[in-house]
Amino acid sequence: MEVKDLAFFVLAASAVWTGWRVFRVDSMVRASFSLMLSFIAVGLIMLLLAAPYIGIATVFMMAVEMMVMALFMVMFMMNPAGLNPMWMVHQHRLAAATGFITFAALTIAVLLSDLPGNPVDPAKPVIHDLGVELLGNSMLIFETAGITLLATMVGTVILSSRSGRYGPADEGSLPPPLTPGGRPAGRVPEDEE
Amino acid sequence: MTLAAVLIVSAALIGIGIYGALSQQSFVMLMMGLELMLNGVLLAVIGFWSFGLGGAPEGQLLAIVVMAVMAVEMAIGFALVVAVYRKRQADMTESLTTLRR
Repeated sequence: MEVKDLAFFVLAASAVWTGWRVFRVDSMVRASFSLMLSFIAVGLIMLLLAAPYIGIATVFMMAVEMMVMALFMVMFMMNPAGLNPMWMVHQHRLAAATGFITFAALTIAVLLSDLPGNPVDPAKPVIHDLGVELLGNSMLIFETAGITLLATMVGTVILSSRSGRYGPADEGSLPPPLTPGGRPAGRVPEDEE
Repeated sequence: MTLAAVLIVSAALIGIGIYGALSQQSFVMLMMGLELMLNGVLLAVIGFWSFGLGGAPEGQLLAIVVMAVMAVEMAIGFALVVAVYRKRQADMTESLTTLRR
């Protein structure tokens, strides 16, 4: 077995194991760090797959993203510091069965398919080619991703900001009543129940 | 290292992600499941590019689009979580049952 194969199997095992640990650790912060380790393992596998730019970009992006995620985890944590066992699941059997069936179906599809097997030539300048492609023929696609991210920023600010000086954002958009002059249909506020 | 091995690893990541997205009650943990699924998708894309396209740069562009989707999912997801918490003081999926009634 070559060193590359060994590295792949170690990284693949750690990517799957840390991915599984995300839903098994007791602290949500530990879960986000576990997800970060899974992403880093996948990024290193991409290095082995001759995609160094995407691999390193994944590692950097996910390291930062999971730090932000850890902050949100602290904000929404139900189990401070992971001192108590955490088990917040619903429809557990259905979820586990669906996950396993998905994995099994995809694996069977992979094993039954006639897959290509011509690896990238190690001498090929893949980063140079990607750069020329990004700023050449595919520039419009690349720019579209940028515009999408800008729209995301605007949407994020609007969604997460407090209501403005004109009151709550959903005021005036309540659902119509079921009977004329009645109360709005749908959710009854908890303090009125 | 073959394409089949890479794709099986990505299938495992997608399966675990689906389990997490369906089973977790907390919104933020649910989003971890979505991220894990995208992690598997990213690995599969790069695997196909690496073994199938012989180094054509357009395949890596698809991976960059997947990464942009990841960033959008996380940003809008957390914004929605914050908005829902502001409106309903809810951080669990069970707290939002308006459409069930």
